Amino acid sequence: MSATQNKTGGMHPTTTGPLSFGSVKPNQGLQNAAKKSRADIIAEISASGMKGRGGAGFPTGVKWNLAAAAQDSTKYVICNADEGEPGTFKDRVILSEYSDLVFEGMTIAGLAIGARQGIVYLRGEYSYLRPLLEAVLERRRTQELLGESILGREGFSFDITIRMGSGAYVCGEETALIESLEGQRGEPRNRPPFPVDTGYMGHPTVVNNVETLAWAACILAKGAAWFKGIGTDKSTGLKLFSISGDCERPGVYEFPMGISISELLREVGGEDAKAVQVGGASGHCVPAKSFARTLAYEDIPTGGSIIVLGPGRDMLGIARNFLEFFVEESCGQCTPCRAGTVKLLEGVELLQEGRCSMKYLRELCALGETMQLASKCGLGQSSPNAFLSIVKEFQDEIMGRTDLAAAGKE
Amino acid sequence: MSESTTFGKDVSRAPVSQRGHRVGPVDDSQAIGGQISIEMDGKTLKVPIGTTILEASKELGLRIPTLCHHEDLCVAGVCRMCVVEVEGQRTLQAACAYPITQPIKVKTHSRKVRQARRHILDLILANHYGECYACNRNNNCELQTLAKEYGVDFFRFGHPTEPMFELDTSSHSVVRDMNKCVLCRRCIRTCIDFQEVGVLEVQGRGAESKVVTFMDKPLAEVVCINCGQCINRCPTGALRANDPTDDVWAAIDDPTKHVVMQTAPSPRAGIGECFGLPPGRALTFEMNTALRQCGFDKVFDTNFTADLTIIEEGTELLLRLKKALVDKQPVAIPQFTSCSPGWVKYIEHFYPEYLAHLSSAKSPQQMFGALIKTYYAHLNKIDPKDIVCVALMPCSAKKFECNRPEMCDSGYKDIDYGLTTRELGKMISEAGINLPDLPKSDFDDPFGTATGSGVIFGATGGVMEAALRTVIELVTGKKVENFFDHAEIIPLRGFEGIRYAEIPVKEVGPVPGILKHLFEDWSWLKGATLKVAVAHGTAYAKKVMDDIRAGGKFSECHFIEFMACPGGCLGGGGQPIPTSPAIRAARAQAIYSEDRAYSVRKSHENPAVVKVYNEFLTDGPCGHLSHKLLHTHYTPRGKFIA
Ligand SMILES: Cc1cc2nc3c(=O)[nH]c(=O)nc-3n(C[C@H](O)[C@H](O)[C@H](O)COP(=O)(O)O)c2cc1C
Ligand code: SF4
Ligand code: SF4
Ligand code: SF4
Ligand code: SF4
Ligand code: FES
Repeated sequence: MSATQNKTGGMHPTTTGPLSFGSVKPNQGLQNAAKKSRADIIAEISASGMKGRGGAGFPTGVKWNLAAAAQDSTKYVICNADEGEPGTFKDRVILSEYSDLVFEGMTIAGLAIGARQGIVYLRGEYSYLRPLLEAVLERRRTQELLGESILGREGFSFDITIRMGSGAYVCGEETALIESLEGQRGEPRNRPPFPVDTGYMGHPTVVNNVETLAWAACILAKGAAWFKGIGTDKSTGLKLFSISGDCERPGVYEFPMGISISELLREVGGEDAKAVQVGGASGHCVPAKSFARTLAYEDIPTGGSIIVLGPGRDMLGIARNFLEFFVEESCGQCTPCRAGTVKLLEGVELLQEGRCSMKYLRELCALGETMQLASKCGLGQSSPNAFLSIVKEFQDEIMGRTDLAAAGKE
Repeated sequence: MSESTTFGKDVSRAPVSQRGHRVGPVDDSQAIGGQISIEMDGKTLKVPIGTTILEASKELGLRIPTLCHHEDLCVAGVCRMCVVEVEGQRTLQAACAYPITQPIKVKTHSRKVRQARRHILDLILANHYGECYACNRNNNCELQTLAKEYGVDFFRFGHPTEPMFELDTSSHSVVRDMNKCVLCRRCIRTCIDFQEVGVLEVQGRGAESKVVTFMDKPLAEVVCINCGQCINRCPTGALRANDPTDDVWAAIDDPTKHVVMQTAPSPRAGIGECFGLPPGRALTFEMNTALRQCGFDKVFDTNFTADLTIIEEGTELLLRLKKALVDKQPVAIPQFTSCSPGWVKYIEHFYPEYLAHLSSAKSPQQMFGALIKTYYAHLNKIDPKDIVCVALMPCSAKKFECNRPEMCDSGYKDIDYGLTTRELGKMISEAGINLPDLPKSDFDDPFGTATGSGVIFGATGGVMEAALRTVIELVTGKKVENFFDHAEIIPLRGFEGIRYAEIPVKEVGPVPGILKHLFEDWSWLKGATLKVAVAHGTAYAKKVMDDIRAGGKFSECHFIEFMACPGGCLGGGGQPIPTSPAIRAARAQAIYSEDRAYSVRKSHENPAVVKVYNEFLTDGPCGHLSHKLLHTHYTPRGKFIA
């Protein structure tokens, strides 16, 4: 088992147990795809029922289909490797150990939608991976898995370049990512139009998460039925989870979709948890009484970040940490997120000092709802999630505190 | 689409997503011929694909509040005031940024929508330092209006009690008070996208974000051209013009001072808007009465020097052409107009290598000042040091222009103060006058008689049209009406960003007396074709300049009119707020109908102009004295900031 540094600074084993990615025959998916029509490739992905692994959970087949249908001779496939959500490190593991599979997925996507160019948008902190990734790309070019007439299929040309991210969390949002690639400030665009219609440089663009692309290659290799056979009806297949926090065996795990939180905690040795933060800073805080709930698009959706919160954790402190993150990371474009995150953070400080009235707390919760509804992008829309779920589930703990030290006022 | 609504769309530098939305075909039976049925608050409507929810709501007569949206600018979708509920969508959608591509059902004021808007307002107010009664946008502020509309009666999330930023008063033209900034970014979009100057940008993220100049330098030290278009688009009091009204009042109140006012053509077409009149009603003569009641000693018409500008600039053009065609000497052609100080500063910054093309003739405002403190002072036996020259302009760049160090050719500061239309509106109100109610009165002599040509200076294409009216008559010896009906050179009118015309010189006449000292005959012009162009808005000026640099069609022109402001001066940065394509069109209408009403419509027929050349500038147009008083030079500035 190799070991790498995770975001919070602790040492974690990269993977715990074998990943299915290791059992797929190299380039089997690409070879199968090269024999199929574009429509059949997309049909295969659609039949698998796979939804995006980046967090938003948009059906990948539908996304590819929209881009394939768009009328333009220039299209792009972008691999979103910006992995900035606190508590996620699965994409880093995939890129370190299974980058061939990711590039294979991108190439398949390129064939499916009619793109000739792929771009990997790599998180700035992962620049140490770049030489490795460039070497893999170079090898794939010599193997005729990239370049002109891939695998001898006439007109199947595709190549991949790597571009470094600019360090902001919001640049992981697909339209901000595109702005950043175009040399603008990384700020989310208005949607619609969506990238599948008006994306990079105004051309139809598919943006997929690293993991989504790797699974796409597996689906083409093993067939949609295999993938669909795993997980639940609405959440098919396997998923990687980045598990950190107060548990015995943190790391990257592969589970079928639909696993319950308590099962997961058993696997990682975190049964005594007080709560679990699912989906990173932008996710929801699930209290112990709800551990029977499942990780699935129809229940609790997640991009894969699971932070286990042990019995000793101060929930207000957790809310405060996350809000500080959003105050820092909001791009500042739109009012609800730019100013709302600050008000919520001030609210947490009031709570810590025991100076927040019930009335004002209700106002802040309503503000949280406004932020969820009216913010321009997913960052602002999800920034109040942790605060709202903590206020809801841990009201007894957070009301009536006079913790001046924690509030930094002493 | 009419020209006025497509203005600026073809030169946009905005990010792809902020330009018009590209929309694919929809396969829905309800969408016949690109029309989509939608339902909004229970009312139904068919709209063309790509119409935004906001546009559709206007058609239905519904009001959706906006703050970052502006009809002149590309979409931003950042303030989120305009959110509405679209059935089937998890989140609320920004009406200004949502193109309709499918049949949708919209609710514009559901509980969620009202709550969100109120919260957004409260969040803005929590970061807005300002007191309405001490603010120049009081009663004309979009934020204040929204606060009233949404019944803000307390500050839910607090309100700053201390200023957070220092004022930037470095510029003669624009004052920036970021304490009142709501980060709608209209100024940024105005500057970079509408005007393509690019002085303003956002710096910092999240709550730290702030609208800044390059390296947060004072506005006076960056490439700002002072056009004031950003002021005109700012929804709040965060941007305003540098206001000298206190000094003007002080001059009026000082009995030793002789305070002379000159009024440019565009303010009279706009000032009614300051008094609640619909755009497009000229109040020229009511304004004269008001100015006298305010205490100005004389009220003159800038059109007089506009006519003078035409003579000087037209003569300069003929001289350049002669030098090229007869003397075969190198000379900078095309000649560029120089009456828009925003444009002058633009070319000084961005195309300094083309400064030789700029007509050396001063703008009408500055010619006026130079004549008042010399000719007029002498005629009336007033010591020029006791004269205070005030210029009423639609423009904030004129404030910078009158403070240029070279503008002191009379031996004094030629123009002491530049006032905007808005500032005069305020002075008139302060004097307790309701402008539209006043009786009419005429301009004072000797600079009262103006021509229609001077009036149309206010509209894009007007300088060129006026110049051509004069040049055609001077060269052919015939009435311009022989060539153009009613002397209206229609190809030069309108709001298209760039216009081009060719005028063949089929016949020539004798050289008129006024030019005898410069030309023997016109034979060298016979058979020539005069190529002219007009560009307004610096975004379009840039297009023309880049074409010239590349040796394109505009490099073959003889004369090009440039105006920094879209629409020309009538859309200037000192005009009443708001300004929109429709408002500019209405003001243009007012200007062109005033032109028609004048009996003398050509600059060289203006008796006051003829008199000045007979009595004072006796060595004629472009002669020695006129060169000293009426012409100037320019400063290559470059676009790199130290
Ligand atoms: C603030 C924010 C940050 C995001 N960061 C990432 C990221 O780091 N990696 C990622 O794959 N998707 C991220 N996303 C989701 C992307 O916008 C997009 O939905 C995703 O790349 C689509 O890929 P998928 O369909 O394969 O999941 C982020 C979204 C938001 C709103
Ligand atoms: S929600 Fe936040 S991150 Fe997203 S556009 Fe608005 S300010 Fe930027
Ligand atoms: S900017 Fe508007 S809201 Fe602010 S103080 Fe001025 S008038 Fe009032
Ligand atoms: S005055 Fe004109 S050039 Fe200056 S910042 Fe405003 S829009 Fe830009
Ligand atoms: S200065 Fe005015 S126009 Fe510019 S962002 Fe601020 S409020 Fe908007
Ligand atoms: S007016 Fe629509 S978001 Fe600002």
